[in-house]
Amino acid sequence: MTRVPSLYSSQSLALRYFTLSVALFGVMIVFGLIAATKYIHPGFLAQPLPFSMAKIMHIDVLVLWLLTAFMGSLFWLLPSEFKRDLVGMRAANVVFWLFCITIAAVAATFLFVQYGPGTDKTLWLVNQGRKYVEEPRWAAIVVAIGIAVFVYNIVGTAIAVKRITGVTWVIILNLIPLFGLYMLAFPAMTNMAVDQYWWWWLVHFWVEATWEVLIGSIVALVLMRVMNTSRNVVETWLYIEVALVLATGVLGIGHHYFWMGAPKYWLGIGGFFSALEPLPLLGMVIHAVYDAGEHKMTNQPAFYWTMLEAFGNFIGAGVWGFMITLPQINLFAHGTQWTASHGHLAFWGAYGCGVIAVIYLAVQEAGGYAQIGGRAWKWAFGLLNVGMYGMGGSLLIAGMAQAFYERAIGGSTFNAFVAAQQTPWFVEGIWMRWVFGLLFAAGYAILASNLIAISRRSRVAAAAPATLAVEGAGTR
Amino acid sequence: MYTRDPIFWRAGAVSSLTVMVAILIALTVNTIGVISTGGANVPPYTVINQAIGYVDDDSQHEYVPTIGGSDPLFGHVYDEHQAEALIREGKLVIQSRACLDCHSVFGTGAYFAPDLTKAWLDPVWRQMWEPMTQTHTRADAMVAFLMEPDKYPTWTREMPNLHLSRDEAKAVVAYLKWTSSINTNGFPYGFQADPDTPKGKQAALR
Repeated sequence: MTRVPSLYSSQSLALRYFTLSVALFGVMIVFGLIAATKYIHPGFLAQPLPFSMAKIMHIDVLVLWLLTAFMGSLFWLLPSEFKRDLVGMRAANVVFWLFCITIAAVAATFLFVQYGPGTDKTLWLVNQGRKYVEEPRWAAIVVAIGIAVFVYNIVGTAIAVKRITGVTWVIILNLIPLFGLYMLAFPAMTNMAVDQYWWWWLVHFWVEATWEVLIGSIVALVLMRVMNTSRNVVETWLYIEVALVLATGVLGIGHHYFWMGAPKYWLGIGGFFSALEPLPLLGMVIHAVYDAGEHKMTNQPAFYWTMLEAFGNFIGAGVWGFMITLPQINLFAHGTQWTASHGHLAFWGAYGCGVIAVIYLAVQEAGGYAQIGGRAWKWAFGLLNVGMYGMGGSLLIAGMAQAFYERAIGGSTFNAFVAAQQTPWFVEGIWMRWVFGLLFAAGYAILASNLIAISRRSRVAAAAPATLAVEGAGTR
Repeated sequence: MYTRDPIFWRAGAVSSLTVMVAILIALTVNTIGVISTGGANVPPYTVINQAIGYVDDDSQHEYVPTIGGSDPLFGHVYDEHQAEALIREGKLVIQSRACLDCHSVFGTGAYFAPDLTKAWLDPVWRQMWEPMTQTHTRADAMVAFLMEPDKYPTWTREMPNLHLSRDEAKAVVAYLKWTSSINTNGFPYGFQADPDTPKGKQAALR
C-alpha cells in the first residue's frame, strides 16, 4: 500500500525539471550516436546535419540535462532543509517554461539555420561557436536570467527562514560563482589565447569546481535521506571535499593552459595541482563506503547510483584525468579521442550517476513508497554502465593510437592526422564506441521507462491511495 | 571523533579557497600580460606581414615558432589597424561557422578534423591543395579551399561548404597565419612545418 504525500510547490516543479532532464538525456544520446556514426560513415546525414551541429547538440544538451537535473534536485531536496517551500516559485515556474521554449528554439536554430555570416549579429541570433556555449547570446541571456531567479529562490528562502544548515551554506556560496562565471559565456575576444583563458574559467570552474561542490552537497542531502546518515558526518565530509576540491581544483585549471600561449610555469603548477585533483574524489569514495557500512537503505536504485557516483567520479574524473594531466603526456594526448574518453567517463561518473540517484529518490518520495526496487532499474544500471565504460575504453584505444601515430611519430600535420584516423586501432576503437553507445542507449530506454512506470503507479495510487497495492515498488 | 566538529573542517575549506584564489588572481594578472597581443608569447597582428616558421630548438628541447623577414599576406602589407580588423573578422567567421566543433585550436575544440594551431605551416597546402586548386601560393590555395571545400575532397571526411565569401576566407587565413606564430610551449609536438616556408632572418619567439 502507498500513501502519496502532498508536495511542496518547489517539489512539483522539481518533478517537471526531472522530466525535462530525462528527456534531454535521451536527446543527448541520439545526437551522440549520430556523431559516432559519422566517424564510421562520414556521409551519414551529412547534408542536413554536418558533424559540427550533431556535436553541438550532443555536448550542449549534455550541459542542459545535468543543469536541469541539478535544479530539480535542489528544488526537491531543499524544502526539507528549510522546513518550508522555496520563495519566488511563480517566477521559478515561468523560468521553467522559458527554458523549455528557449531550448526548443535553439535546437531548431542549430538544426535548420546552423550558421551565419561572420558578424556579431550571427553570435546574437544563430551560433556563438564556442565549445559548450554555442547557444546564441539571446538564449544565453535567458539562461543567465533563469540561473539568477534560481539563486533568488534559494537565497531568498534562506533569508526568510533565518536558519541555514551547513549544507545549504555551501550550496548558497557555491551558486554565486556558478552564476558569475556564466557571464563568461558571452565575450568573443579576437585573441584566441585570451579568449580561451577566460573560457576555461567558465568550463573548468563549472565542471571541476562549482559543479563538484554542488553534486557533493546534493549527495550529502541524499545520503541523509537514503541511509539516515547523521548530519555531522555528511557535513564534515562535505567540508573536507570542498576544501580538497578548491585546494586542488583552483590552480588545477593550469592543466588547460599548457598549450595556448600561457607562460611555462603553468606546466608545473597545472600538472602538480591537477594530479592532486583525484584526492577529494577518493575522499568521496571513502565517505560513501563508510556510510554504506553503517546504515540500512530504503531505495536500492538511489543507493547504487550514489555509490557509483562516488566510484565513477574517482575513476572517470580522477584516474582518467590523472592519466592525461601531466604535461609530458598531455602534449601527446591533448585534443585526441583520449580526451574524449576522459570527458565521457568524468561527466558520467561525477554527475550523471548522481542526478539519476536523486531522480530515483524523488520518484520514491513523490509516490510515497516505503522502499523502491525491482528488476528494471538493475538492467538500466547494468546496460548504462557497461555502455559507458565500454565507450570510455574504446575511445581510450582510439585516442592512444592517435597520440602515438599522429603526435609522437607523425608530426601532427594534416597527413599525420588522416593516417592516425585510418589505423586499425583507431578504426576498431570508434566501431567499439558505436556498439557500446547502442548498449548505453538501450540502458537509457529501460531507465526512462522504469522512471515513467514508477511515476504512473504513483499517480494511480494518488487517485485511490487507500486501496491500491503497488506491485514491485514497495516490497523488494 | 573528527565528525564532532564540522566547523574545524569548514575553516579548512574557507582558508584553502582564500589562499588558492589569491594565487590564481596573481598568476592571472601575469598570464594576461604574456598572452595579450604583443605580449611575450603572442605576436602582434601585424606578424601576418612576416614569414613564420616552426623549428626544434635544441636549447629549449621543444618546438618554437620563428618570425622571419617580410612575407606579405596576399601580396599586401597590413598596417596595425588593418591587421587587427582582418584578424577580428577571421575570429568572427571561425565562431559563426562553429569551426571548433569539428577542428581544434591549441588542441581545444572537437576532434573530427585536424588541429589548426599550426595549419598555416602545414606542407599539405603546397603538396596537395595548390595543384588541386590551381593556385600558386599557400594563402590562395587556402582561400580557394575554404570557399568551396566540397569541390576539393581529400579523404572520406569532407569539409562541408559553409559558404564563406572571399573576404571571409581571407580573414580566416590571416587568423591562422597569426595563430601559427604563437609560442605554444611546443604544441603540437614535432609538427613538420612546410620546409619551403620562406624563413628570412629568423628570430625564435621565446
